[in-house]
This record gives sequence, C-alpha cells and structure tokens, in this order.
Amino acid sequence: MRIIAAQTVIDEVAALCIDANRILPPDIRRAFLHRRSQETPMGRESLRQLSDNAELSATLGLPLCQDCGVAVFHVEKGQDVRVADMPLRQAINEGMVRGYREGYLRKSTCDPFSRVNRGDNSPAVIHFDVVPGDCLRIVMTPEGASADNASKVAMLRPSLGFEGVRDFVVGCVSEAAHGVCAPVLVGVGAGGSFELAALNAKKALLRPLDDVHPDPALALLEDMLLESVNKLGTGPLGLGGRTTCLGVKVLSAPCHPDAMPLAVYIQCHCARKREVLL
Amino acid sequence: MRTHALTTPLTEDNAENLRAGDVVYLTGTLYTAREDAHQRILDDLDRGVSPPFPLEGAVIYYVGPSPMTPDRPIGAAGPSSASRMDPFAARLHAAGVRATIGKGRRSPELRSDLARLRAVYLGATGGAGALLSLRIKSARAIAYPELGPEAVFALTVEDFPLVVLCDCHGGDIHATPDLGAALS
Repeated sequence: MRIIAAQTVIDEVAALCIDANRILPPDIRRAFLHRRSQETPMGRESLRQLSDNAELSATLGLPLCQDCGVAVFHVEKGQDVRVADMPLRQAINEGMVRGYREGYLRKSTCDPFSRVNRGDNSPAVIHFDVVPGDCLRIVMTPEGASADNASKVAMLRPSLGFEGVRDFVVGCVSEAAHGVCAPVLVGVGAGGSFELAALNAKKALLRPLDDVHPDPALALLEDMLLESVNKLGTGPLGLGGRTTCLGVKVLSAPCHPDAMPLAVYIQCHCARKREVLL
Repeated sequence: MRTHALTTPLTEDNAENLRAGDVVYLTGTLYTAREDAHQRILDDLDRGVSPPFPLEGAVIYYVGPSPMTPDRPIGAAGPSSASRMDPFAARLHAAGVRATIGKGRRSPELRSDLARLRAVYLGATGGAGALLSLRIKSARAIAYPELGPEAVFALTVEDFPLVVLCDCHGGDIHATPDLGAALS
C-alpha cells in the first residue's frame, strides 16, 4: 500500500485551485486562436479580448473570471494508495479553503435558503472513483453559476434516438446562448441513471477539446452536435457568428431499456480545469 | 458601428445618440450593484432616504469582483448576468440612472422601458474579468458594507470598453437563435 501524506494533498489542492482559476487551459487557448479567423468583426474582438484576458490573468495573478465558482473535484483513487493522517475528503477541503484564501479567489458557497455566504467557499463538491493502481488523480474545476444555471437533465423517450438527443442539446444551447459566456463547451451525459447522467455530463468535459472519442459512433455524434449547435448562429457572447460552441463531448453509460437519461452541461468559454497526479 | 468616448454622468442626449452595436469607451465613475444592493436602494427611495449615490446620469455596473490583491485596486471584475436585475431596473432608470452594464439578454419589458425612459444597456465582455479590471483605477466602498463583495462601490474607470447591447430606440444586437438551420 502506497502512502501519501495529507499535507501533500492539501498543498497540491491549494495550488490546483489557484492555477485552475488563473490559467486558461491550452486547448481552449488554441481554440480561441483557431476560431478567430472565421468570426464576425464583433466575434473576433470578443475572442481577442478573451485571449488577452488569459495573458493578463497569468501574469498579474488575477483570476480569469470574477466568478471563481463552487469548487468541484473529480478524484480517482487507486485501490493501492492511501492518504495518511486525515480523511481524504478533509484534506481536499482544507487545501481548497487555503487556495481560495491565498489566491484571492471569490468565495461563493452559501446556504441554499438563507443565502448566507459561508465565507470560505466550503464545502467542496467531491466525486470519488476507486480505480486500479496506486495513484491519486485529482481534477479541479471551478463551476460558475451561469454554467450550472444553463444546464439540464431530461428523461427522454428511448425511441427518439440520436435525433432526440440532438433536438434536446440544441434546444438547451439555444435557450442559454444569451446567458452563458459563449462560445460554450457542451458536455453530454447519455444513459446511466437520472443522477449519473448529470455527473457524466460534467465528466465528459474533462477530456481535452481536441480529443476524438474512441467510439466512432459517439465521435460522429459529437461532430454532428457541434455542427448543429453552431448553425444556431448566436456566436460569441450571443452577438452573432459561427462560434456558438467550441466543442461537444459525450460520455455514455448503459441504462434501463425503458429509459434514456440525458444531461447537458453548458460550460462557459474558459472551461477552467487543472489536475494533478500523485 | 460607431465609436464613442463618453464621460459620466451620462445625459439623456448621450443615451439617445447611441445605437445597438456601437462601441463605447467610458471614463468616470461606475457604481456597482447586484440584487441585494438594488433592493436596498429601492427601499431607501420608498422611505424617502437619499440613495447612496446621485442617480441622475449614473451608470450602474452589475459586478461582484473577486477580492482585491495587495497590489491592485480591485480583483477580476467582469460583468454579471443582467437579467437578474430586470425587476429593479425600470425604477432606477425612472429615477435618473442612464445606463447599466452587464452581460446577456434583457427582458422584453426592460427593453421597452429603456425606450420609454431614454436609457441604454451596455455590455462588457463576459468572462474578461482580469482584462476589464485594468481599466479600473480605484474602487471605494460607499454603501451597504454588510453586503461584502456585493456592497456598492464607486469605481473610477478610464476608457472602459463597452458595446451598446440595447439602445433606447428598440435596438438589441443579440442574435436570435436559428433553430430551423440547427435542426435541419
């Protein structure tokens, strides 16, 4: 059994929170540059500002966006590794609180009813998977309110097939096009169960933008969905143009024959994420 | 598309001269406010108490900045979704507020209120919080400190880059989604 000190996890998680909020992922940066040439003058200007924003954020030590989100973690824990001294959940939370404080990140979490802010962004939302091996992989994604607010879960009629999925995804983006900071990324969780679909919609976006789905049918579905969504013509910031969406990623899971759970996660253009492998 | 350099407070003539799609570089003072601060300002008006800043010609920026760092006047400061403030905006425009700054679409009611009250809705680039903060030269809390980052701050800005999203002539530059093309 490999052992990792809790302090290592705390230190790494604090750094993840700061870096995820300050550093635009390289695949997103490339997509901004690539898409600029195809855009309207207004769209080009928006994408230029977003590229400049990423440069400044990295050099000035400011977050990319003032909404530093709820801290969501996807953790893969090898079955042959254990964290000493402290429960893993506690270590991640301590690291998150430190990172949000030391990185001057906005603390968002509040009571759902009184709306009173908790002051330290706790607790983190943490999803654990146990996997083979002796490594610990921690992915951090700050999830802003606009993205969560625009996202949906539906229980579709199974007979609707790919076309039903397309109609629902396009409808979601169409409704969100003026509220979320477009160009968006779309994560689709297909199948599984009601709650797994929602989690998979977020996990789908952990793949890099230029990654091609290993299942050819789903790779085709991702391309088809991207093309359909971009035909909406709402473009960057909803002001018109070809780039409403930078990429669609699908994660599917087997489901009940009588059901077709479908979740659509609409992520804002910066699609912040950062990971560490311990 | 025309470009305007304007200074706050804005006049009714300033607003009438703007068309959806125009670019505006704004210099002067912006007042920050989100839902809770809007509610307090309206409560003040109801009770006959003076609002925390002069409303005539004022520009309200919907923003909840990230915390200030030791060496900068303000943290990241990009726009919030404006539609959350729709229920409050008409009364503030009627009391003299000439422009608001946010991101995303406004309600049809608010768009007709802009025409009736000769006011405009301006957009800053959503998510460009670090870039926009560079145009903010100082930030001073002026009211409702108990609201923390959502208190009202007076921001001094220079050449703050904006686009007219909704003008007072019925213009709105948001593109309507073409569902027919997307689903064909």
